[in-house]
Amino acid sequence: MDAKMDSTRRRFLGLAGSAAVFGAVPIVTLRPAEATPAMLASAIRNVTGGAAVKTGKIKLDVPPLVENGNTVPMTVSVTSPMAPEDFVKSIHVFNEKNPQPNIGNFYFGPNSGRAQVSTRIRLADSQKVVAIAKLSDGSFWSVSVDVVVTLAACTEEVI
Amino acid sequence: MPSALINVPAKAKRGDIIEIKSLMSHVMETGYRHTASGEVVPRDIITSFACRYNGNEVFRADLFPAIAANPFITFFTTATESGKFEFEWLGDNGFSETASASIIVE
Repeated sequence: MDAKMDSTRRRFLGLAGSAAVFGAVPIVTLRPAEATPAMLASAIRNVTGGAAVKTGKIKLDVPPLVENGNTVPMTVSVTSPMAPEDFVKSIHVFNEKNPQPNIGNFYFGPNSGRAQVSTRIRLADSQKVVAIAKLSDGSFWSVSVDVVVTLAACTEEVI
Repeated sequence: MPSALINVPAKAKRGDIIEIKSLMSHVMETGYRHTASGEVVPRDIITSFACRYNGNEVFRADLFPAIAANPFITFFTTATESGKFEFEWLGDNGFSETASASIIVE
């Protein structure tokens, strides 16, 4: 009796453990890459000239939920030694659903010390913001962030 | 019209990375808005910003209508020698403003 109970308990624990493992699996799976609208894609191509863009190195700080799309604080930075032989040449920021795909281009030099810039942007809708960094070795790095906007900017009527 | 605000540290040690903040008052009219009668409000934005440190360009930005009104830009540079920072904003309708700030590097 005792032995039987013990075995069911052990089996129960085993099942619980495997269930936990399976439960964790969907969290690990990556989201499929979203299709980006053509304007965004062509604006990015203008900057990269068709070169491969890798993900990483660059960090884009935008609040995930924005109440007023007219001024959205944004900070973009790249981990780089900023030495004459290895520095960030420029950072380009794009959006998906504003009337224009460009937000800003920021150019740095080896004396910049830190490849980081902060400004305030406008977002016309809940959308994806993309930042691309061009390094001195010619490689491109990108990051994208999804932002939810409650009050849209740019296109509202003037009273 | 005192329209620019600049924040540069007054003193720095040689080799320090310093933060520079700049604010220019400007409507940054996007050109995508309409009046009540349906006319498009013409675009009026600042299109470029540059910062020179003793004559050498250390930072430059191209701005688009998606930059909020009164463009506020923060960036970094390395303090190399005492001297002057010069800032320049250029925009639509012949908009042109300059500002400067000096720094002592020890």
